[in-house]
Amino acid sequence: MSRRAKLPIWADVALIPLINVTLAFLAAGVVVAMIGENPLDAVEVLVRGAFGYDEAVGYTLYYTTNFIFTGLAVAVAFHAGLFNIGGEGQAYIGGLGVGLVCLALDHLMPWWLLLPVAIGAGMLFGAAWAFIPGYLQAYRGSHVVITTIMFNFIASALMVYLLVNVLIKPGQMAPETRDIADGATLPMMHELFAGLGIKITQTPLNISLFVALLASFLVWVLIWRTRWGYAIRMIGHNESAAVYSGINPKRMVVVAMAISGSLAGLVAINEVMGAQQRIVLDFVAGSGFTGIAVALMGRNHPVGIILASLLFGALFQGGAELAFEFSSITRDLVVVIQGLVILFCGALAYMMRGPLERLFGLFERQSQGGN
Amino acid sequence: MDIWVQLISALDSTLRLATPLILCAMAGLFSERSGIVDIGLEGKMLAGAFAAAATTAVTGSVWLGLITAMAVSIAMALLHGFACITHKGDQVVSGLAINILAAGLSVALGIAWFHRGGQTPALASEERFRPLSFPFSDVVADWPIIGTLYSDLLSGHNLLVYLAFLAVPLTYAMVYKTRFGLRLRAVGENPQAVDTAGISVAWLRYRAVIMAGLLCGLAGAYLSIALGAGFVRDMSAGKGYIALAALIFGKWRPVPAMFACLLFGFLEALSTRLQGVDLPIVGQIEVQFMQALPYVLTVILLAGFIGRAVAPKAIGVPYNKDRA
Repeated sequence: MSRRAKLPIWADVALIPLINVTLAFLAAGVVVAMIGENPLDAVEVLVRGAFGYDEAVGYTLYYTTNFIFTGLAVAVAFHAGLFNIGGEGQAYIGGLGVGLVCLALDHLMPWWLLLPVAIGAGMLFGAAWAFIPGYLQAYRGSHVVITTIMFNFIASALMVYLLVNVLIKPGQMAPETRDIADGATLPMMHELFAGLGIKITQTPLNISLFVALLASFLVWVLIWRTRWGYAIRMIGHNESAAVYSGINPKRMVVVAMAISGSLAGLVAINEVMGAQQRIVLDFVAGSGFTGIAVALMGRNHPVGIILASLLFGALFQGGAELAFEFSSITRDLVVVIQGLVILFCGALAYMMRGPLERLFGLFERQSQGGN
Repeated sequence: MDIWVQLISALDSTLRLATPLILCAMAGLFSERSGIVDIGLEGKMLAGAFAAAATTAVTGSVWLGLITAMAVSIAMALLHGFACITHKGDQVVSGLAINILAAGLSVALGIAWFHRGGQTPALASEERFRPLSFPFSDVVADWPIIGTLYSDLLSGHNLLVYLAFLAVPLTYAMVYKTRFGLRLRAVGENPQAVDTAGISVAWLRYRAVIMAGLLCGLAGAYLSIALGAGFVRDMSAGKGYIALAALIFGKWRPVPAMFACLLFGFLEALSTRLQGVDLPIVGQIEVQFMQALPYVLTVILLAGFIGRAVAPKAIGVPYNKDRA
């Protein structure tokens, strides 16, 4: 009865994650029911709010862009066996890099010249903010989880200080920089479509979505097709084997963290150079943490991450719609779902494995008995 | 004399601000000394705060509020245990899930139940833990120095403040002077040895996370029905993480951790008082600098630049009996 079978690959790669995601959403349904609304009605409103009309799709994809960046950031660190909780701070500091470059050069060059410079600056600043925890873990023995948590808070205090005292546009109350000049901000999707003669509603969606898709492809190349990627996966799987094959794990920990931070820093391309067109307080707005849910759900693979980002983008946009339809549901429900996804796809990832192995074992024995 | 009054008032608020930190740090101590990483202090405290305020608002009883806070916080701790001990899940991921769940659920349920944008109804003063006066504090009040120390600084806090400071020696006694404590420390260093001695690793660790839940629940209740008068969205505001930093700063020991909490509490008390004040030599100190200081200090400590903080050896590693 309790004989266990080895799970086939498809069960491991597809079935278990699917079961875990389903469990997370069932639990979310229970929460909705507790609140006193019908979960199925909520799903319907959510889907309509996320995909029902062109403005909704625009916002959904705009959120998706952020989550792809932070999801990739978390995934690269995961491959090296590191848990980067600091995506939030790295993205925030990345915004400082992007913002400074844009504010310095926006009157000198058009957006298409500025974009590569801004990407470089965002990645560099994000990488620097992750480099320190990576270095401290590799060479000073402090744990990257704790250090990145601390760095989130330090980043937040630093940015408040800079925005309130240094970068603020003179003569205004709100702690924000001046707007980036018009020609230097990223083209919005509705402007692009208007150029093609198609009219769509104005949304914050801009061409950084393409940057995100390109980044996903490059991460795939990095992790599965390059020497660095191999070394990163190797220290994640078996550090002592990595040492024997001539990999310096300390160096790779630092490299993996820096790459991870640089990807998180790209959030600022979407927010600072695209949607907000200036540096504002808290523009990251939790994307760094959503990236953790996205990476866990997408199994650290770029394709999975894009799909999971789309799901979370839809949840964030559709969640805003929920508040209009139901008096007692707000977007905070999406935060609950996010927590449940991290719980079921992350912490409880192995829960269903045992029962499933037993189930497969049962089938195996039956088919053997039949023969 | 003015400086003396200022100092006493700063120390007075230090005690208030350090209370939730101390309770959470002791909570983290139980969990982490048993080998279970607990970054979910924040979430358990927040859930406790919501449970306490909601229950007290409905029933009018602080005691029911306090009990519910502990129960809810323990339930979340058990969830953490279920994921990390029973199913050998990643302890950091599980703790993060608890933090995010608490942040979402407390507001989502609050809006559904009370329709106040995530706040619970304001509590009247008899629905909160009120300041307790020490005996003779009004008599002693006029005496120089001793009067202010006794009547203003030590007397006049609510029950939970005193409970927090009582929790430190109790934790010390439990961890260092009892059989449970010896086993607790052993299971965090070398679970195989504990298992070989015929003691259940899982049950020991479950008891440790239950203790953590209980203490976080107290911290949450303190925030919403003692210090505050009701629940406000995200009212824990990173205190759980500061407590974690203090625990590390105190090298996972009760008394040093308490002093770290007092230090961080003092920094917070100062940061509001020093706003816009010109100090000799250094000039004005920015609030943000004071806010970031606990985190910066912890990073520097962890990096081994001031002393060395060595975590329990088996921390973060799920215990696998088969492969022992």
